Amino acid sequence: MTGPRSIGYRLTEEQVLLRDTIRQLAFEQIAPRAAEIDRSGEFPEDIRQLLASQDVLALPYPAEHGGLGADLLTQCLAIEAIAHACVTSSLILSVQALASLPLLLGGSKEQHARFFPNLASGKTLAAFALTEPEAGSDAAALRTRAVRDGDDYRVTGTKRFITNGSVAGLITVFAVTNPDAKRHQRISAFAVEVPAEGFKVARLEHKLGIRGSPTAELTFDEVRVPAANLIGAEGDGWKLALATLDRSRPGIAAQAVGIAQGALDVAAQYARERKQFGQRIGEFQMIQAMLADMDARTEAARQLTYKAATEVEAGAHDGTRWASVAKLIAGDTAMAVTTDAVQVLGGYGYTDDYPVERMMRDAKITQLYEGTQQIQRLVIARALLGKAE
Amino acid sequence: MPLRIVVLTKPVPDPAAAAERLGADGRLDRAASPAVINGNDEYTLEASLKLVEAHGGEVTLLSMAPPSGLETMRKGLAMGAHRGVLVTDPALAGSDQGSTIQVLAAALRGLEYDLVLAGFDTSDGVGGVVGAAIASLLKLPYLSSAAKIEPDPDAGTVRVRRISPTGFDLLEAPMPALIVGTQLLGEPRYPSLKGIMAARSKEVVTKSLADLELDAKVVGGAASRSKVTGTTKPPARGATTVVRGTPEEGAKAIADLLASRRLI
Repeated sequence: MTGPRSIGYRLTEEQVLLRDTIRQLAFEQIAPRAAEIDRSGEFPEDIRQLLASQDVLALPYPAEHGGLGADLLTQCLAIEAIAHACVTSSLILSVQALASLPLLLGGSKEQHARFFPNLASGKTLAAFALTEPEAGSDAAALRTRAVRDGDDYRVTGTKRFITNGSVAGLITVFAVTNPDAKRHQRISAFAVEVPAEGFKVARLEHKLGIRGSPTAELTFDEVRVPAANLIGAEGDGWKLALATLDRSRPGIAAQAVGIAQGALDVAAQYARERKQFGQRIGEFQMIQAMLADMDARTEAARQLTYKAATEVEAGAHDGTRWASVAKLIAGDTAMAVTTDAVQVLGGYGYTDDYPVERMMRDAKITQLYEGTQQIQRLVIARALLGKAE
Repeated sequence: MPLRIVVLTKPVPDPAAAAERLGADGRLDRAASPAVINGNDEYTLEASLKLVEAHGGEVTLLSMAPPSGLETMRKGLAMGAHRGVLVTDPALAGSDQGSTIQVLAAALRGLEYDLVLAGFDTSDGVGGVVGAAIASLLKLPYLSSAAKIEPDPDAGTVRVRRISPTGFDLLEAPMPALIVGTQLLGEPRYPSLKGIMAARSKEVVTKSLADLELDAKVVGGAASRSKVTGTTKPPARGATTVVRGTPEEGAKAIADLLASRRLI
């Protein structure tokens, strides 16, 4: 062959083996638990143990601290494979990675050595606390304060919608350290070890989907945090939050792809078996067209997600755009494909005899968290048109 | 005394992929479906890994397969096997069991081992004779249908619980020996992700027929003594009755069905 040749557009042998292994693990050990996790709304401690014992939670961390040093695409493959069976379970890995990103990107060597071994082994879970009651999409409007006091900071404020907030031992908290600075330089990030005096899990949300994943409201009342737990320098918080989201959004896209594929698989299986009017419903062209569209959309979202993960990993100048484009398309795909899966199953799909109603409820969150679809469009438009500010 | 165990592992079409296709010659088209380690071989591999965890030692995987067998072998290495030997040669395409036995026996002559473990049978050919024939060819003690394997490396012996219709027989033989395992050996583990990352650096030796000093006129597709004369599909499954309800309701429905057919 002559002329330019592409390299690396296929998954490596190692990535395929890793994906297949996690897929098997998810199929055999996690899928049978998914309905019960949804029904009970309880955090699946057994699945956390399983993911920890199989080194799945070690994926995002450097090898020198007990991690596997997996790149973003590999992490996405793992999240997708778990979400295929149970989105709640995939969030354990997603959030572990998300909450560790500020430390990975801006933490000191000393902080890495102190925190990563327990995070990689799954002994400690982490949570990412940016959102507040009055600071959702407008995340920079946060009000939680961190005031320097000798060798410590005192952190006071309320964080809302914090995934794993009630089960985490380490919470990455974003707080205002300098209220007089410019909007994006007011904020700093802290690694807050809990339980701690003044820290409280105020309540847990009752949610439409991802019901086994605890979403907590956390209150901090003069919680003392050692200055050694400040991530990066004072004022780095906003920059760290944005860089974190660039790397975490492809993971949410992967989660959405996993949900879509899970729903498509159920719908295709049902179409092969269910008979109406004397034939399998898969023989009807209207069903065939739906399934074909679901497959094509899911594959398109998957490839976009893999590409985004690869571009972000490579440090592409437009990585932010790639991350948002993937999350936008994959989230909408998950919603559309799961809705169609319910349609293919008809009345049965609307009942909890089949998993597609759960998948449809779970899919909705991928259009909301780590930036709503509207925020993704805002990010993409800014990349296109230049920033208004 | 550490144990040296060779596990025979065959790549077979993934039964879960349900994409098995026959070529024009009536033989399995191995390129048409993704390959996995034969399910029964995973049980013997699991048993070997537990044995070397307890006694120390090393597990070597041995396969005769197309070059793509390397990928399948990686999974076994990721599960914890220490190295692999892959016998691959274009002349081996279309080999029958007789050839497979000759080739694997020749490869084993070049290896040092205390135990050779083979799975009960393979999910593609379902012959179930390769283990016994290799033992016969290499004059190794043959311990079949093993539910439990207990080597005594210091004494140089191995005990096997062989399942029987009434329970099990206790067999003992000097090592080296060849053991055919059953699924009673215990569920295979998942490859750990650390194992997957480590598998890349493990050694896999590839051997050709020439390396084993075998002649393509004597072994391989050309020398195959069995021929595929015809193929038929298994009869389609009859209508399926699904019983939904509590375990009690299910049990009653099944008992009623069997009774209505006069089976109980």
